[in-house]
Formats: sequence, C-alpha cells, structure tokens
Amino acid sequence: MSAHGTTPAVSGPPPSPWQLLVNGILTENPVFRLALSLCPAVAVTTTVLNGLILGVAVLAVQVLSSMTVAIFRGVIHPRVRIPVYTIIIAVWVSAIDMTLAAFAPAVYAQVGLYVKLIVAFAIIISRLEVFASRQPLVPSFFDGLGMGLGFLLALVTIGAFRELLGNGSVLGYHVLPSQPLLFFALPAGGFFSIALLMAFFNWLERARGGKPAASGGSHG
Amino acid sequence: MVDRGRRTAREFFLLALFAAALLLISAHANAATLVRVSVKAPDHVRIWTAPPLTAAQQRPANFHFSEAAAPDAPMSVTAVTPQSDGSVLLTVDTTVRASERYRLVIDDPPLARDVAPSRLALLLAVFLSSALIQNFVFTRYLGLCIFFGVSKKTDTAVGMGVTFTAVMVFTAMFSWAVDSFVLRPLHLEFLQVLVFIGAVACVVQFLDTMLKKTHPVLHRGFGVYLMLITTNCIILAVPLLNAQAHATFGEALALALGSGLGFALALFLMSCARERLELARVPKAFTGLPIAFALAGLFALAFMGFSGLDFFR
Repeated sequence: MSAHGTTPAVSGPPPSPWQLLVNGILTENPVFRLALSLCPAVAVTTTVLNGLILGVAVLAVQVLSSMTVAIFRGVIHPRVRIPVYTIIIAVWVSAIDMTLAAFAPAVYAQVGLYVKLIVAFAIIISRLEVFASRQPLVPSFFDGLGMGLGFLLALVTIGAFRELLGNGSVLGYHVLPSQPLLFFALPAGGFFSIALLMAFFNWLERARGGKPAASGGSHG
Repeated sequence: MVDRGRRTAREFFLLALFAAALLLISAHANAATLVRVSVKAPDHVRIWTAPPLTAAQQRPANFHFSEAAAPDAPMSVTAVTPQSDGSVLLTVDTTVRASERYRLVIDDPPLARDVAPSRLALLLAVFLSSALIQNFVFTRYLGLCIFFGVSKKTDTAVGMGVTFTAVMVFTAMFSWAVDSFVLRPLHLEFLQVLVFIGAVACVVQFLDTMLKKTHPVLHRGFGVYLMLITTNCIILAVPLLNAQAHATFGEALALALGSGLGFALALFLMSCARERLELARVPKAFTGLPIAFALAGLFALAFMGFSGLDFFR
C-alpha cells in the first residue's frame, strides 16, 4: 500500500488484524503520514488530556461507523453512499458528543466544538469509502481500531510535546520547574509543533529509505 | 359685545393658567433626564443630563454603575469630572467595554438607565472579530486541510475564498432559520449536527444548480470548488458557533461574512507566501507540508497582534 494521500481501495482477502493495527498506527498514520484531519491536531493539543479525549472520541466514532457500514454494505446503493456515510457518522458523533458532555464536562467545555466537527473529518469517511464498504465486520473493526489508535497516538504525542514545552507539565503534573517555551502553548506554537514533528517523521522515514509523507490537499 | 369679549378674555386667561399648570407639572416631572450615557473603554463613563448636574450632585457616592447581569454588585466610582459641555465623566475601578450591557442608577436626582451597546456597532464588532481576532485558520485552526491544499496558487486561493464566503453566508442564514424556528422551539438541539450537515449539503447543491442555470461562466470558474466543500469543518463550524451563541439573525450573518472573508484573506496571504517558497531552498525533511506549517505559524504569530484590538474606544 502506498503512503500517499490517495490510498487504493482495499478489496480481496482482508489483511490480518495485526497488519491492520500496524498500518493505522505507523504506516498510514492519519496525521503524520496521510496529513488528514489536521484541524483538531493543532486545535485541541494544548494539553495531553484534551488530545486524549478528542482522540478517544474519534476512535469511538471511527470504530462504530466502520462497523455500521460493514454491516450494511450490501444494502447501501453505491450512488447514494456518501450521503449515507455522512448520516451514519453524524449519528455516532451526536451520540459520542452527548456522552462526553455528560461524563467529562470540564474537558468538553474546551473541545466541544471540535467533537461536533468530527462529522467533517476526512479520515473517517475515507476509511469507510476505502475499507469498510468492501470488507466484512471483523476486519473493518480492526481497521477502524488501527486508524483511531493512530490518530489518538498522534494527538497525544503532539499534546505531550506542547504541554511539556509550553507549560512544563504532563497530564497536569508539573515535571519541569519552569515553563521553558510558553510559545508552544499559544496558537502559533501549534503550527510549529506540527511542522517540527512532521519533519522529524519525514527524516525518520527518509533514514529508513521510505517515501516522504503526503503533501496535503485532501480536504476535511 | 362687551360681555362676549369679557368672557373670551376670561376663557383665554383660564386656558393660559391651565397650560401654565400643565407645563409646571410636566416640568416638575421631567425635572431631570438622562440624555445620553456612553461607555468609554477602558474605565470611563460619560453622562449627559438635562439640566446639568450641580456640583453637589457630582459626588462619586451619588452614582451606582454595575453590569446589567449583576445589578447588586456595583463597581466603585473613584472620580467624577465635570466636562465643558455640561456632562460629567465617571471613572470606575473596573474595566468597562462599550460592547457590554450595564446599568446606571443616580440617587440625586433619582434616575436610572440600562446602557446597551448600539446594534450596528455590535454587528461590526462581530464581523471584525471573526475576520481578524478569531480568524478561522490562524486562531481557531479550522479548515486547515483545505487551507494547505488549495493555497499553492493565488488564483485558486482567491476562487476558493470567494466560494467559501458565499456558501457560508447562505448556510448561516438557512441553518439560523432552522435552528431558531424548528430545533430550539421543539427542544431538538441534539439533532444540530445531523441537521446542519444536511443543510450545508442542500445549500451547496442549490447553489450549484442555480449557478449552472443562471451564470454558466461563473459556474465553470467556481463549480469545481463548490462540490469540494460539502462536508468541510469550516463551513459546518459557522452554524454550530451561531447556535451555541444563540445569535440573532444579524449576528449570524455578520459572523458568517466575517469568517468567510477572514478565511479568504488567510488563503490569499498564504498563497502569496507559498509562491515565493517555491524558489527557496528548504531542508529536505521540511519540504512540502512541514515548511507550510511553519509558515502558517509565522502568520498566526502576526495575527496574534490583532488580539488587543478594541472597536469601542
């Protein structure tokens, strides 16, 4: 499979669950490799906790809608598939939105808008289109789990990077005696953190002899 | 004749007396009026009264100024300065803003007034703050994928910015109507996400069909972008923000227009910078997206300068 923005559709025999997980977390990491769904990656990652909560929300929506689409893939007419996918995602997003508002009100006050906007994340609908619409329930579950975990880990990585440098703490616990670079907690710092982390992953991939990541352009 | 003339004179006298009495009563009732109250950020309030307050009335303890939401917690007035035109200038110990609602009560003469911001100024503030201070791309980080995707060429960027603004304004109007006439009266707020994304899809489809029939040339230019933006976070964010703030129709429209133009401005600036970037020598690991992100970070730093902007001085 290529690491470029347009991933070929997966048909034929499904890969093993382990391959799917590794694919989602490393080979096709939604944020660092596919450059999809960047908005939340910059917006909510001022702290690890915010990134974690939004990551969990995306993971849940991805797994649940992948499974829903995999179950109904024989019924959905190909011509109306995109609106149907959108409605399926919107239903699960509403459910997760209400759940978070009830159980984590403090964090929800900060990331609430972005939780609602999960409905427009390109990564979810592209996985439904590429994978879940052609594969049975169990592989779709693992594909959703891998992609969701990849997104979650990316958000937590960026969150940890920014919280440590900007606030001198991790998960709210102060580990450094000062705030080394307050800049990274500011809006502009979010862009720079992504730039640095993405360049690092590019460098890593280049050192291993792989291809560079997608250059962006996918919307959502 | 004489009799009649005397009667006329008496009637006239009575009428004049009555009028004088009326005038006196009304003059007494309107002994003092608050002509105008204006909030001068950051800590002054200017008050025009008719007639002007006397020196004895210009004591700080005579004035009670508070936020409209908390009338029982007045700010303390530290100084009262008479102005040349008969008005007085209060100095309060708390930061006040002309965009907020306040309540002014004067003990002597007994006067009270709610101080509301002017509607037009409020709309202008919503518009400018959504375009510059809360720029969707640089402060709220929305629409980043499309921002980095289409900001490689200036032509594309301008086309995309115009299309986005148009779709945002139409979507905001449509979803404002749905939200305030259907969803909120029926307590169906939990359907917001589902309904708004449907509304966006409808508006985009409608605009596409309309443009194709009425302005084929325009459609050939912008039609490509139209279909791209059906499900985009930046388009969906406007109705969600409006619904969250329970915005009036004017505010919803101002927010949509401001955000759209702010996004267009961001796209235009970024595309100009990226065209220059093509010629620059960039470290290998940074080529492509990483350097674009660093560039956006620099723009975001510059846009932080708008955060201290105040339109109500």
